[in-house]
Amino acid sequence: MLAEGLRKTFAGKPALDGFDLAVPAGTVCGLLGPNGAGKTTAVRILATLLRLDGGRAEVAGFDVAREAPKVRGQVALNGQQSTVDDVLTGRENLVMWGRLYHLSRRQAAARADELLEQFGLTDAADRRVKHYSGGMRRRLDLASSFITRPSVLFLDEPTTGLDPRNRGEVWREVKRVVAEGTTVLLTTQYLDEADQLADRIVVLDSGRVAAQGTPDELKSKLGGDRIEVVVRTSEELPVVRDVLGPGAEVDSDGFRVSAAVADRVAALTRVTSALAACGVEAEDIALRRPTLDEVFLAITGHKAGVRA
Amino acid sequence: MRYAVIDSWVVARRDLIHWLREPVRVFANLAYPIISVLIFGLVFGSAMNVFGGGDYIEFLLPGMFGQTIAFGVGSTLLMVSMDAERGVTDRFRASPMSQTGVVAGRSIADLVNSSLELLVLALCGLAIGWSWHGGLPNALLAFALFLWLRFALVWVGIYLGLLVKPAAAQASWMFLFPLTMFANTFVSPELMPGWLRAVSEWNPLSSTVAAARELFGNPGVGGDSWAAQHSLLLAVLWPAVFVAVFWPLSVLRYRDLSS
Repeated sequence: MLAEGLRKTFAGKPALDGFDLAVPAGTVCGLLGPNGAGKTTAVRILATLLRLDGGRAEVAGFDVAREAPKVRGQVALNGQQSTVDDVLTGRENLVMWGRLYHLSRRQAAARADELLEQFGLTDAADRRVKHYSGGMRRRLDLASSFITRPSVLFLDEPTTGLDPRNRGEVWREVKRVVAEGTTVLLTTQYLDEADQLADRIVVLDSGRVAAQGTPDELKSKLGGDRIEVVVRTSEELPVVRDVLGPGAEVDSDGFRVSAAVADRVAALTRVTSALAACGVEAEDIALRRPTLDEVFLAITGHKAGVRA
Repeated sequence: MRYAVIDSWVVARRDLIHWLREPVRVFANLAYPIISVLIFGLVFGSAMNVFGGGDYIEFLLPGMFGQTIAFGVGSTLLMVSMDAERGVTDRFRASPMSQTGVVAGRSIADLVNSSLELLVLALCGLAIGWSWHGGLPNALLAFALFLWLRFALVWVGIYLGLLVKPAAAQASWMFLFPLTMFANTFVSPELMPGWLRAVSEWNPLSSTVAAARELFGNPGVGGDSWAAQHSLLLAVLWPAVFVAVFWPLSVLRYRDLSS
């Protein structure tokens, strides 16, 4: 999958402003960015749903503008909303899509059985989808994208609105299909999702690539995780700041000091014993991932959605 | 081509299954015309005059058929806008299925649904004293004209459905209701004030209803205006105009989803 200088303007406002992307076959690329960064626009162009205003893009070896029907035979799209039909059963949904992907009645039925099995939905196959949980629904949605074993899968915020357990289920399925050789372009607002699934992450800001690299590369750029210490009195704040070292940020209203750390657990041990040695009794010590806002601030130097 | 047929059927089948599994909606759709027939036929009926004389129930039934058909545009509109809103339309577009299939499937499902409504309404009419007097072939022709109008309205519904959100689609009956009343459906236009009379006579729905009255041999046919005197011709032409206008508009709108 390849994109060069993609441009798309909605009512005079650029949604994509010279967007470049290269995803080697069989890998997962995470497209990370806040709402309005252009993630969905990029996916819709690559999935042939949206015409581009400038630049060129190739998916599975075909040009998205000139060979759209050929692209459609190779890709599957999983949008933000669930497109499975509530009134039909899980099996009927899959058979319907199978028929729309031009399998014969027998093939469609057989493929539906296979997919139900693969996605762990065999027990629920003949129940109506409206009785499914959020995660089952997503899995069925994913299953319906795999009818023809697409070589490229677009996942547009696949776990937005799901609880952690359901997110885990979806991640497991995505990992499984990737292991079978599918190329995936994943958009997400969650750093940990990109971290879990993607081989490479592209951070999108106002329609342009702001940064890219492997999750590890990006994390080291950002200083990785943060450690956060909450104390009881403001007198203890400077002590903690000295323990955490240069670069520590003090939030005096919240009695909180935080700093970037590279080595999660080792840092926790070091800080805990150092604090004990200084006689500081911390209210709370926690390790946490940087939020998307912090990633943004670090990479682009401005807050999400606000262009400096 | 073969795939266009299969795809249409697969899409239509989805909607038909919906109706079978959620019959509440079908009943709700049927309840309104049946109750209207009873209210207008049996409650107001005795106070109603048919211009030129004749039994009001005989006059009413073709009008009710017409209103039911016209309301169908609301259901097409709602289904299309819901599919678009839920991303189903995008899935269809990103799949290799034939694009005719999406629309043809919609038409098939809607025509089946409307035929059922006409049938139930006709049975209800027969039970309270409506009948046709021009022979079965003419009666069937009249029903065919209603379905021809319905087919034309599918295109109107598709175009509007791609334009508005489901919430707006649900409000469509607020417009449909007066549009089906400013017509010859319930009252002869001859009994309305001058300007409204002109609107009612030229209302496309009036042409189909008047043509059906003529074919059924029901009262209330005629009038001085050109539209009233050429109802049969207009009953064929108006829907053709709708198709000619809204078919390309829908196709453009469908393509525009990608701009």
